[in-house]
Amino acid sequence: MNGAYGMTKVIPQAAEYVRILPEIVLSIFGMIVMVLDPFLDERRSQRTLSIIALVGSLAALAATLFQAQHPGLGFWNMVRVDSFSVFFHFLVAVVTAVVILASYDYMEVQGIRAGEYYALVLFGAVGMSLMSSAVELVLIFIALEISSISTYILAGFRRSAAISSESSVKYFLLGSFATAFFLYGVALMFGATGSTSIPVIGDALRSGHIPLLDYVGIALMFVGLGFKVAAAPFHVWTPDVYEGAPSPVVGFMSTAPKAAAFAVLLRVMFEADAPGRVWLIWVVAALSMTLGNIGALVQDNVKRLLAYSSIAHAGYLLVAFAALPNNGIPAAMFYTASYAAMNVGAFAVISHIGGKGERYVTLEDYEGLGRRNPLLAAILTIFLLSLIGIPITGGFFAKFYVFSAALQANLVGLVIIGVLNSAVASYYYLRVIVVMYMREAREEVPVSPIPLGLGAALVISLVATIYLGVLPGRLLDYAARTAAEWAR
Amino acid sequence: MNTGLDNSILTLVTFIPLAGALLLVLFPRRNRDIRLFALVVSLLDFVLSLHLPVHFQRGQAGFQYEVNNLWISNPNIHYHMGVDGVSMWLVVLTTFLTPLCVLISWKSIHERVKEFFILLLVLQTALIGVFVALDLFLFYFFWEATLIPMALLIGIYGHGRRIYAAVKFFLYTMVASMFMLAAILWLYAKTGTFDFVSIQSAIHNGQVENFAGAATWLFLGFFIAFAVKVPVFPFHTWLPDAHVEAPTAGSVLLAGVLLKMGTYGMLRFNLGLFPEQSRSNAWWVMILALIGIVYGALVAMVQPNMKKLIAYSSISHLGFVVLGIFSFTQAGLDGATFVMLAHGVSTGALFMLAGILYERRHTYEIAEFGGLATPMPVYATFFLFIVLASVGLPLLNGFIGEFLVLSGAFRDRAVYGILGATGVIWSACYLLWMYQRVFYGKVTHSVNLSLPDLSGRERAALWPAAAAALVMGVAPLLWLNAIDPAVQNVLAPFAQLASKMVGR
Repeated sequence: MNGAYGMTKVIPQAAEYVRILPEIVLSIFGMIVMVLDPFLDERRSQRTLSIIALVGSLAALAATLFQAQHPGLGFWNMVRVDSFSVFFHFLVAVVTAVVILASYDYMEVQGIRAGEYYALVLFGAVGMSLMSSAVELVLIFIALEISSISTYILAGFRRSAAISSESSVKYFLLGSFATAFFLYGVALMFGATGSTSIPVIGDALRSGHIPLLDYVGIALMFVGLGFKVAAAPFHVWTPDVYEGAPSPVVGFMSTAPKAAAFAVLLRVMFEADAPGRVWLIWVVAALSMTLGNIGALVQDNVKRLLAYSSIAHAGYLLVAFAALPNNGIPAAMFYTASYAAMNVGAFAVISHIGGKGERYVTLEDYEGLGRRNPLLAAILTIFLLSLIGIPITGGFFAKFYVFSAALQANLVGLVIIGVLNSAVASYYYLRVIVVMYMREAREEVPVSPIPLGLGAALVISLVATIYLGVLPGRLLDYAARTAAEWAR
Repeated sequence: MNTGLDNSILTLVTFIPLAGALLLVLFPRRNRDIRLFALVVSLLDFVLSLHLPVHFQRGQAGFQYEVNNLWISNPNIHYHMGVDGVSMWLVVLTTFLTPLCVLISWKSIHERVKEFFILLLVLQTALIGVFVALDLFLFYFFWEATLIPMALLIGIYGHGRRIYAAVKFFLYTMVASMFMLAAILWLYAKTGTFDFVSIQSAIHNGQVENFAGAATWLFLGFFIAFAVKVPVFPFHTWLPDAHVEAPTAGSVLLAGVLLKMGTYGMLRFNLGLFPEQSRSNAWWVMILALIGIVYGALVAMVQPNMKKLIAYSSISHLGFVVLGIFSFTQAGLDGATFVMLAHGVSTGALFMLAGILYERRHTYEIAEFGGLATPMPVYATFFLFIVLASVGLPLLNGFIGEFLVLSGAFRDRAVYGILGATGVIWSACYLLWMYQRVFYGKVTHSVNLSLPDLSGRERAALWPAAAAALVMGVAPLLWLNAIDPAVQNVLAPFAQLASKMVGR
């Protein structure tokens, strides 16, 4: 193995460390949090550690912007910095920062000792960032594991609640099962093409002859990733895990790791030019949209409702994967960004309303919120409208690009399924809005003002949601550049 | 004649209410100031919108006051606005009715006042946007944007079954507009543009691939969205619920403007983009319109609830509009447009009148009243005037439009004209009968004896509507000479179509 993708260098050069700079920064801050934790007394640790973690995520953001000036390969061609990876690094770093902001008050209210929580969030971000820049399947697997293990633990962080432990164990067992599928798929791909490097695999697949083993390998990898993005029929874990996990964590794990898994999927499907892509995706997308939306219709628990909605959104997003690369890649990237903005925001609101022990999470508890806390209700309404896909919100353009990309690939059937699904979906999001504004307020649900950290988190996600809804052009142009880079 | 305002007037008229709503968000919760501010904003918008008819080039077909700037480059979305004779008057209708809505809600809305006027002004922006947008995307954007404030107005400020009505309204129109979205996306995928004029010429010149196979579906996609909004029978069931539960201002804008979005859409997009498909599908659309006219009238006749009666009368009147549009005659389309405007003014006024009574008695049941002409003579006079306008008495606004529509329908097919003409009789029946039961005879309930007559504020809300009804009836040409060229423009491809068929 020589040439462009061969292992010609033995020792990585200094410049190559720039290619993983955000990951290095995140790891260092994560370790600082871990080391400092035992030395701080319980009352002060929460504040100090959250600030360190916040600084860490912002530093990772800065590192990403710096890294964007130095694109290229590194570490024996296992890592590549391109506009695609920068996009997802940016996304992960911003989501991490927002989640840390939203977590601060949540942890205080729940009485959870912070400690390793913030470290785990940062370590998770390391894995998610690496997933988007790795172009080598084994490294992708390792990154996937780093990200997954952190989120398994985070899901069980409400130690006093049995449901949280259940969530953690369920996520862990099914998640490990799924990663095993992914690894098996990687092994088969290696057997079929003789390489685990995505560009090499891509060249091999484009050369003409595609052995059956490739199809099996792709399918197995897809199962593993399908689990991570909660696509049907690999979605069964989602409602239970989301219901039990702490709300800010749900906001985190329904966006950042998902975005990273979609990044891997984009690389595998488009850069490696996976065979049999369209029909595999067609079926899974149609199933996810339909099962997710139908499941959500009957939910009374807001967290479960959003869990089913996230299954449906994974379906919409997958529609873009069935489209042609030129339209599909930017559409999928745009969707991940706008979904991240609105979903992190929605879960931030939910975590605040939930109160101590997350007692107030059913639809009934939201009755009269429009009167008790007009600001919070208005903010949640905007996020929900964006999830429905109403104009001037990011959710609208996200759906719009995905469906128009699919139409350009002549997938009329899939678009019709998607459009009908979004009509069904409007019903259950609307139910929440109706309950908030049109029912009488319930006395026993306490109202507390929005604290500073949460407020900042809400402002960021709100601004992002509306920005993407009014001026989506810049982000989309950026995403389109990725498609052009890959086509070269 | 090109004044400096011409380029920015549509943007101003569209977004001034929204700007007002945003300022209201920052307002302290002093209800009086909030009401006054909303009134000032809506009056300002009305005065500005008068610039449109004053400087309109009457003889000229095509769009005027156009603005066309790039909004988003990928997909190719333009901020493209413009009006022709039809949409211009619908814009003015909207700006005319909104200040009246503010006046009529002055006292009846006393809780969450700030939110109410914010929603009302946001709704106004969205409504105007629908009529001025010339980019299909922009159009869809405003179209959907009308949904939320309207649903919230019904759901928060409505009466007993308001939540049911609000959700029903939202879901019906949302689901229907999904079909339109699919059609718009298809057109974009094939033409690479959302621009109405470009798509129109691309279709006209046969530059759209696979168009022949898809055209009927596209026509239906647009049609379903519009038909639910109008509403065309059998998609009408949301309307009575929405109207009965809505607060007065909501009903006024719903009947006065929102329903016209549907008929305007048919005229602009169904006829404008798919002339051949409109022609071939016209027979069943006209039958549905006729069913709507007769069915709406008959159901209105037996309503014990005044507001429901007016709601069903809307279904009947809007049937005339659809009938006129799909007759593809100059008279039919002129008339349809005129009925839209006339119905907006007189039904808007009827809902205001019903609302005034509701404020006093908290019921819409006709049986609760009787002999009201004695305690409320001024009210009774206004009511009679508007009822006569609605019925289609010559020299008032209802007459011209219905006359033109019927003569257009006769020219298309006599049977349609005859059946449609019965609708005029029906509307006289149910409205006059209702009037008789409410106002004539002896006062049957003693509470009604002490009902106060109209206050100055209520008169201020009713006078403009009554005056407009009279002026529109006496001098319809003021409106029609702008509508005429626009309609000719819409009908141009139909003349070619007809000659093509004759040539064969």
